[in-house]
Amino acid sequence: MIIPQLSIFLENKSGRLTEVLEVLGKENIKITALSVADTSEFGILRLIVSDPEKAKSVLKQHLFTVNLSEVISVMAPNEAKYYAKVLKVLSDLDISVEYTYAFSRGSKSIIILRCSNNDDAIKALKDHEMELLNASELYKI
Amino acid sequence: MEIWNRHFECMDRDELRRVQSGRLIETVERVYFNVPYYRHKMQEQGLGPEKIHSIDDLSKLPFTVKQDLRDNYPFGLFAVPMSEIVRIHASSGTTGKSTVVGYTRNDISTWSEVMARTLTAAGANRNDFIQIAYGYGLFTGGLGLHYGGEKIGASVIPISGGNTMRQIELMRDFGSTVLACTPSYALYLAEAIQESGISRDDFRLKAGVFGAEPWTENMRREIEEKLRIKAIDIYGLSEVIGPGVASECLYQEGLHINEDHFYPEIIDPETLEVLPDGSMGELVFTTLTKEGLPLIRYRTRDLTRLNREKCKCGRTLVRMSKCLGRSDDMLIIRGVNLFPSQVETVLLDMSGIKPHYLLIVDRVNNLDTLELKVEVDEAFFLDKISQLESLSKKLRDTLESALGLSIKVTLVEPKMIERSEGKSKRVIDKRKF
Repeated sequence: MIIPQLSIFLENKSGRLTEVLEVLGKENIKITALSVADTSEFGILRLIVSDPEKAKSVLKQHLFTVNLSEVISVMAPNEAKYYAKVLKVLSDLDISVEYTYAFSRGSKSIIILRCSNNDDAIKALKDHEMELLNASELYKI
Repeated sequence: MEIWNRHFECMDRDELRRVQSGRLIETVERVYFNVPYYRHKMQEQGLGPEKIHSIDDLSKLPFTVKQDLRDNYPFGLFAVPMSEIVRIHASSGTTGKSTVVGYTRNDISTWSEVMARTLTAAGANRNDFIQIAYGYGLFTGGLGLHYGGEKIGASVIPISGGNTMRQIELMRDFGSTVLACTPSYALYLAEAIQESGISRDDFRLKAGVFGAEPWTENMRREIEEKLRIKAIDIYGLSEVIGPGVASECLYQEGLHINEDHFYPEIIDPETLEVLPDGSMGELVFTTLTKEGLPLIRYRTRDLTRLNREKCKCGRTLVRMSKCLGRSDDMLIIRGVNLFPSQVETVLLDMSGIKPHYLLIVDRVNNLDTLELKVEVDEAFFLDKISQLESLSKKLRDTLESALGLSIKVTLVEPKMIERSEGKSKRVIDKRKF
């Protein structure tokens, strides 16, 4: 249920994001989800892609600072109350969410979460019968 | 135009040379017999005091560099017993050990004398109010100006640096006529006065003596227009004595070197050959009267040229042009000396970054700014913004306490800083001198 995610350190400089995407594009890597966290000076680009190991190695060849991190993914109806429910399950158990992002597909939304403890989070969400996605399911979306 | 010490400042050049020769002989004897470091160095070259007969023999003597002072930290180069030392100053912001200088009672008197000359050349006298906004303390700026001001009988206001609103208030209320500070602070004050809304007519300021950092003719014009004063350039370094080594007169055509006390030479910083008058090169000083810390052929690393023509003001002392560069990589930022190697030392001790860096110096609203771009260590990079932010903060705090300067830290991607063969470019100085 753990999903590998690429984290790429980016300076706040125009054109850098484009370069990342071009490098991945040349290798026919598909992007399922993308999010950017930024400060005034730098940012972290987070990507869920079809072939994370390959993506990591080509980005490294192009001198990007890249690491693989772990996230989990939940599918829920795309209404705010369901997103809230997911988060509440975690907060009730004192599992903190370091960051989250989401996208929707039809009537469903796919929520990506990075928790203080992903394994505990998976267990808690399963206990509450939430629909967790594994990596291959996510790539197919 | 007043001259403090007409005898020496306007001395016939041949006579001056005889004075310098006599004083050099005494100085060489003093260091040879009292400072083991100099004795060994001279013996290595088969030199003794008996080989020095006049100032023409100066070029036989070995050079002294800043590292020699550090190697003999703190008092190893002093030429008198410590019981004769009445004052100690030390430079800030240098790698490892600071540079320590000591003064005997006579040295303090010499310093007061050359500062009295400086202030007189700037048009000051006993009727003036001199506001000293140089820092007091281990830095020589404040106390150097202070003793000179008292010597000419002026009313000295030892306000020291900073606290701009109070500077302006006292400048108006006390009727300060002469301001002493760094040129960038003078500009900063000028703008603060404009913003305060107080009319220029409420101030009696007529002149400023500015030094301790490089400044341009454009800056001078700006200060003169904004403050409606004469802006006088002064030069000095603590190793030689502090401020008072050289200063402009009201004609502002070069800085008169007090060469009866400090003998200047210009050398080629590569070949170390002495260059003829008029050539641009590195300024080297031999102190001729100092007792506490005499220096033989001390390399200042400042680049300038000499002019021995008599000045319109009547002084015959040799003039140096405004110092606008250095033969090493030292930067002067807000009056603080900074070597890039100091930054490197800090970076080598830090985890999370690679010691690939670039320092960017600029001047924004007349104040120097310093930015460090440094590469993040790939092995350290995780998925957390907070981790990067605390890294950047830790770097900033460590650097600020090590350098005594505020600094902006920017983390950049690995390999983004240009590598070059041999010596890589570590500094971009965008200030215009």
